[in-house]
Amino acid sequence: MENYNVFASRVVSKNEPLAPGHRACTGCGEVLALRLCAKAFGKNTIVVNATGCMEIIASQAPYNSWRLPWIHTLFENASATASGIEAAIKVLARKNRVPESEINVVAIGGDGSTVDIGIQSLSGALERGHNFTYICFDNEAYMNTGIQRSSATPFGASTTTSPAGKKSIGQSTWKKDMPAIMAAHNIPYVATACPSYPFDLMNKVEKALATKGPAYIHVFSVCPTGWRSAGNLSVRYGRLAVETGVFPLYEIENGVYKMSVEVPELKPLTAYTKGQGRFKHLKEDNLAKIEARVHEEYEKLLEKCNLSAVEEGK
Amino acid sequence: MAKRVGIESSIAVADTVKMCDVDVVAAYPITPQTHIVEHIADLVANGELDAEYIPVESEHSAMSACLGSSAAGARTFTATASQGLELMHEVLYVASGMRLPIVMAVANRAVSAPLSIWGDHSDVMSCRDTGWIQVFVENGQEAVDMTICSFKIAEDPSVLLPFMINLDGFHLSHVIEPIIFPEEEEVKAFLPNFDYKYRLTPDHPVAMGDFATPPLFTEARWAHHMALVNSQKKIVEVWNEFEQKFGRGYKPVETYKTEGAETLLFTMGSFSETAMTAVDQMREQGKNVGLVRLRLWRPFPFEEIYEAVKGAKTLIVLDRALSTGGPAGPVASEIKAGLYNKEVKPKVVSIIGGIGGRDIHDYDFINIVEHGEALAKTSDIAPYEIYGVRG
Ligand SMILES: Cc1ncc(C[n+]2csc(CCOP(=O)(O)OP(=O)(O)O)c2C)c(N)n1
Ligand code: SF4
Ligand SMILES: [Mg+2]
Repeated sequence: MENYNVFASRVVSKNEPLAPGHRACTGCGEVLALRLCAKAFGKNTIVVNATGCMEIIASQAPYNSWRLPWIHTLFENASATASGIEAAIKVLARKNRVPESEINVVAIGGDGSTVDIGIQSLSGALERGHNFTYICFDNEAYMNTGIQRSSATPFGASTTTSPAGKKSIGQSTWKKDMPAIMAAHNIPYVATACPSYPFDLMNKVEKALATKGPAYIHVFSVCPTGWRSAGNLSVRYGRLAVETGVFPLYEIENGVYKMSVEVPELKPLTAYTKGQGRFKHLKEDNLAKIEARVHEEYEKLLEKCNLSAVEEGK
Repeated sequence: MAKRVGIESSIAVADTVKMCDVDVVAAYPITPQTHIVEHIADLVANGELDAEYIPVESEHSAMSACLGSSAAGARTFTATASQGLELMHEVLYVASGMRLPIVMAVANRAVSAPLSIWGDHSDVMSCRDTGWIQVFVENGQEAVDMTICSFKIAEDPSVLLPFMINLDGFHLSHVIEPIIFPEEEEVKAFLPNFDYKYRLTPDHPVAMGDFATPPLFTEARWAHHMALVNSQKKIVEVWNEFEQKFGRGYKPVETYKTEGAETLLFTMGSFSETAMTAVDQMREQGKNVGLVRLRLWRPFPFEEIYEAVKGAKTLIVLDRALSTGGPAGPVASEIKAGLYNKEVKPKVVSIIGGIGGRDIHDYDFINIVEHGEALAKTSDIAPYEIYGVRG
């Protein structure tokens, strides 16, 4: 289909490149995001999967949930593996050894494999300009290994390696701004997305695949197991993250910033943090400090969007 | 017609990569491997080799990119050494476990600390169990010939394993030698295109890299192990075919003047040529000495080794790596282990030398033989000695 924004369930692909029957937890927002992305991949896509929840839940030999060509090699090297695949496709087509076709190469990984251990491999692949799409599914911790903190874990969240305690607020650092780091590579397409906004997410995936050169999408993925939140509320928590300004949805197309979902008035932060066990220990003043920071970041982003709009003459 | 040229071994390896019509090269520079990858970059830049050269940001990514390109069906080459090989380490297991026929040249070098850019075998010894086919070459000609053969062996549907060609850093990588180059057409006829049945393609989706639970893992490892063990048959077959076509033959284990020898030296890599000179000198003096050279390190050709050494009284194994805190040099340890249950066997003396680029001359080999023979006569042979170490 051309545009997922024209909402009509019958025009959304009924294909499920990521088959049901995988082993994700009930209410997993990450696998929901992945399933929607997979729908947008189409048939002509090779998937490179970093180690992490999404790899483990889909690939216990002799079963595999993927109906697309799929490869998992290691935790921190999905981008480098994708580089090799992209190069191979290019050279084999040039040498007339395979039927020439436009094949999408998509690398996927969690926040740990993207923002932490795999950032070098990703940065290298972006800098070299490989024609591929990287999608980070950010559930804000290393979930596969038991909810350890990553540099994408938000300030104040209690994880197994940033536990809240008498002398600890939990995570004591602010979430790394990965989309900004990606944008600093001057790649043609960077976006944030969330499966709670499914058509926006699928549109962005389609855009990224159509991009010549590297594209990056950072997908906010609610993890009820790691966040100690109710599994039936995962979609709502995604919406609340956007509506409180915690995770704004935007695109950076050839350097032009654009909000995808405008939030005229941000909801109070507690609407989002309430009910999440990882934030349960936070006191009012902690929450106020976090909210102030969220607003500050949000304003900065709005400014960039406004500046882009002015530059574009809109 | 094949032509003979004076050329540095590293450049010769790069030129051979071109003759083999490699599709993808992903590499990161490190001394003493640099000349290989620089020259490949030149060949691609000049349009002499139609390949994708991926100038990755690390060796970890070099090998990871090789995984991708090989899985997608491209003939894939890389080269590294020392710290670079160590940085690749975890990826090496994936290459072999996923049965991807990547070919890699390793210009063997010591591993930090202390930092040393000079040659020895400690980098590759830490890769012993990575599941790759591993050979050690003795000279530039062999580096060229092995490179041609390696793709044919690795990509054979009965093998499908990555292939590591060890060439001693500096002592071999940087030495100019007369080397015979076959015609590109001859190489093409010998080496068909890589036609990978399981390549990643939307036409027939495959999944690569599933995880295995305890009921499956042992069998998966066993299958890999057996593939590696059984690859020896193909290796020998290809080397024989190479000999028929190009006139230069190679065997997993080579012997030099071993007939009736009471004492045997045992070496791997470029030092073998110096050892041959030493053996010539000792033979002239009437000493009953010979040399066994190991070319194929993995799979470990113990039967051939046993055949070559069983008649001797003393076997002196020179290791260019120290198994720190271990029982003997790494090669000596394996030979000792293999001989243990044999009725007829030589005494084994383990000598460690030539590490961190220290030379071993012909006269050193003569010293080593004299010293080794004396050691072998003692009732309690020292488990190993480090040749020439100042205590
Ligand atoms: C080199 C290496 N270090 C550590 C691990 C262990 N490990 C596997 S998955 C994982 C965390 C994955 O976290 P993330 O990328 O955020 O994905 P998630 O499971 O949260 O979806 C870790 C630490 C590994 N596989 N490899
Ligand atoms: S731990 Fe979280 S991300 Fe992983 S499968 Fe469960 S819900 Fe999904
Ligand atoms: Mg995570």
